[in-house]
Amino acid sequence: MGKIKVVHYINQFFAQIGGEEKADFPAQLRKGEVVGPGLALTQAFGDEAEITATIVCGDSYFNENIESATKQILDWVKEEAPDVFIAGPAFNAGRYGVACGTVADAVQSELNIPSVTSMYVENPGADMFKDKVYIVSTKNSAAGMRGAIKALAPLALKLAKGEKIGASCEEGYIPQNIRVNFFEKERGSRRAVDMLLKKLAGKPFTTEYPMPVFDRVAPNPAVKDLSKATIALVTSGGIVPKGNPDHIESSNASHFGEYDITGVMDLTAETYETAHGGYDPTYANQDADRVLPVDVLRDMEKEGVIGKLHHLYYATVGNGTAVASAKAFAEEIGRRLVADHVDAVILTST
Amino acid sequence: MKLELGKILIHDICFAEKSEIRDGVLYVSKEELEKIVMQEEGIQSVSFDIAKPGESVRITPVKDVIEPRVKVEGPGGIFPGMVAGVETVGSGKTYALKGMAVVTAGPIVGFQEGVIDMTGPGAEYTPFSKTLNLVMVCTPVPGLEAHDYESAVRLSGFRVAAALGELARELQPDETVVYECSDLKESFEKYPGLPRVAYVQMLQSQGLLHDTYVYGVDAKKILPTLLYPTEVMDGAIVSGNCVSACDKNPTYIHENNSVVEDLFAQHGKTLNFVGQIVTNENVYLADKERSSNQTAKLCRMLGLDGVIVSQEGFGNPDTDLIMNCKKIEAEGIKTVIITDEYAGRDGKSQSLADADVAADAVVTGGNANELVILPKLDKVIGTLAYINKIAGANAETLREDGSLAVELQVITGATNETGFGRLSAR
Amino acid sequence: MVKEIERAGIPVVHMCTVTPISMTVGANRIIPAIAIPHPLGNPALTPADEKKLRRRLVEKALKALTTEVDGQTIFKD
Repeated sequence: MGKIKVVHYINQFFAQIGGEEKADFPAQLRKGEVVGPGLALTQAFGDEAEITATIVCGDSYFNENIESATKQILDWVKEEAPDVFIAGPAFNAGRYGVACGTVADAVQSELNIPSVTSMYVENPGADMFKDKVYIVSTKNSAAGMRGAIKALAPLALKLAKGEKIGASCEEGYIPQNIRVNFFEKERGSRRAVDMLLKKLAGKPFTTEYPMPVFDRVAPNPAVKDLSKATIALVTSGGIVPKGNPDHIESSNASHFGEYDITGVMDLTAETYETAHGGYDPTYANQDADRVLPVDVLRDMEKEGVIGKLHHLYYATVGNGTAVASAKAFAEEIGRRLVADHVDAVILTST
Repeated sequence: MKLELGKILIHDICFAEKSEIRDGVLYVSKEELEKIVMQEEGIQSVSFDIAKPGESVRITPVKDVIEPRVKVEGPGGIFPGMVAGVETVGSGKTYALKGMAVVTAGPIVGFQEGVIDMTGPGAEYTPFSKTLNLVMVCTPVPGLEAHDYESAVRLSGFRVAAALGELARELQPDETVVYECSDLKESFEKYPGLPRVAYVQMLQSQGLLHDTYVYGVDAKKILPTLLYPTEVMDGAIVSGNCVSACDKNPTYIHENNSVVEDLFAQHGKTLNFVGQIVTNENVYLADKERSSNQTAKLCRMLGLDGVIVSQEGFGNPDTDLIMNCKKIEAEGIKTVIITDEYAGRDGKSQSLADADVAADAVVTGGNANELVILPKLDKVIGTLAYINKIAGANAETLREDGSLAVELQVITGATNETGFGRLSAR
Repeated sequence: MVKEIERAGIPVVHMCTVTPISMTVGANRIIPAIAIPHPLGNPALTPADEKKLRRRLVEKALKALTTEVDGQTIFKD
């Protein structure tokens, strides 16, 4: 295999054309040229890769002509057909960062050429594109060039070769809201002791899992007249017809079940059970009404307290089930309930 | 409280007429051990097998892993309240058989038993691919109720481990480590300048297959209590649980608790290791609140500066973890928590069921939902009959070529939350 | 799950034991249940008493559904 081909994107400043006064410099393709930070990249690549072309573009020009500039750059990159596309590093230059993110994302998604860029974590481009392309984290000024190149070059080579990309802290990219496993050098207990000693000494430490922020949904208006309302049951407690006909997994369920309870007045040990692997199943298996209260709702339906119990119920297993899956199940369940004109839902969890 | 832990290094295990340890080799008489196991009426039969590191062997469904130990000097016996009396342990002299483990296996009790691979990619994730494993596969008498079956297998495992430990009583340990933890008053005077640190260990206590025992007491019935950290080295805490195999603490992990070890390593140097608090993870909200309140209270009583909290399991115990963290931090005590994650196969989901800003120092054992392919191995100890059912597997787990497509969840110890392993995630 | 059904436009009441998780994930109408393995039951009771207990809990849930709320609310007794 020959050398890996790289196309490199930089702005007018790093191409030594000029600063702010030259920011309207239009996009330019320099075939066969290695410019500015490209020299450091070339050095870091050694014999493995070479920059076959450099694209230079003024930051103002790019941001004022995003569509046409992106298209022009895409055409050039397509022509050059590199193995990997690198943009930046942009450090804390906001418009440069946005430009790097935009072109890297476009090259990757439209040309299927792996792309990587690099900037400071607070660069607005980082937030906009960190989920879309790998962004190597840098210091907030060009003084961090050496460190940036040290992480950027090997990551670019890995991408070009299609190798497995490790966790953000190993490869030096800005976390993408995707959790990636890897083996640390020290075992967890040792890392906990070290982290505690730092925390006690008031020294900086890095948590391995930053706490998330949850979104909220406004409550829907209350049910006006229960005696006319259709109430549906949904559960994450894994109540399924005996034998678990849909094979819902005991943990991290991949789907949910929809079950018809027309004519079912009471859930019994002979007819229903739980598929949930996260709690002691004895009680639910003896009497699944303990999780899914079909018996009392049937009574209330008879008495006219509620209009009716919806003839379908929905069940999945909440145990170790990814939030994204649960979300997808509930979206689909919600759609079906709306289509069936259900007025309200009782959702039980174990 | 001072405990001398003598290590007897075991280099090999063989079956023989008579059980003994000679020149670092453990000879095991199946007959003798079978007699011990058959004391349990619930067990119909037992078979023994040996799995060595690097062999093409898969053990499943794994219930517990136990390190054989024997109490040589000092009060009490190994596994107090289980197969020994209830004297307070943790002082004197104890010998441990290092480099080996007793693994209990058998037809499934619940959903959450594990897999140990002795070679291949699965072996990377389990600490028990590096031990010589004496596996006991127990079959229950037909119709035995699940709780009784679990108890029978658990107790037999401890009896076998204790019997093997007994073989070392008269031997000379290959190496000895001394662990010493001062009393409160003494430790205050001895290390005036060092931060006072304790370990808060959360124990699974959610019901069948999710229980842990402290001196024989079901942990769901305890109020949080205080131990000398050497007590666990004599088996004061044992596992009766099979929460997802990846993040439950088998008895072996309790005996060799790595938070205890790593805090001892810094004891008297950078910190003063004051003690170990054990608490539970119950299914009632009032219990969760009571236990976390009491835990925070004990931390305050001990005049602590810092605490490491370890979790066991996931899901609703995430709430116990966050409650403990929040309430201990509210006492002005710096807290680091150890957990693991269920971020989905793609790693894009919320990792924990609960969250709070107080939890700003987290160590993670990795994403238990990561999918791994475990190639077919030559030999299975136990049975693959249940593999599609255990937590972390699904109907398609066992593939045509005999390989398994599973989440890390099924691998015993893969994402351990006492920080036993090196796996992590970002 | 609660949140997505609420988002679909149907009022939903969440009956669960670990109400802090329910709060964290963003349910709006929350009824504290009995215990994780039996949220709507108590095996220690006689079947008749147990059903009464369940009925009371479900009545509370229905009441919550007919009650306007402006934010996350745990319906205690």
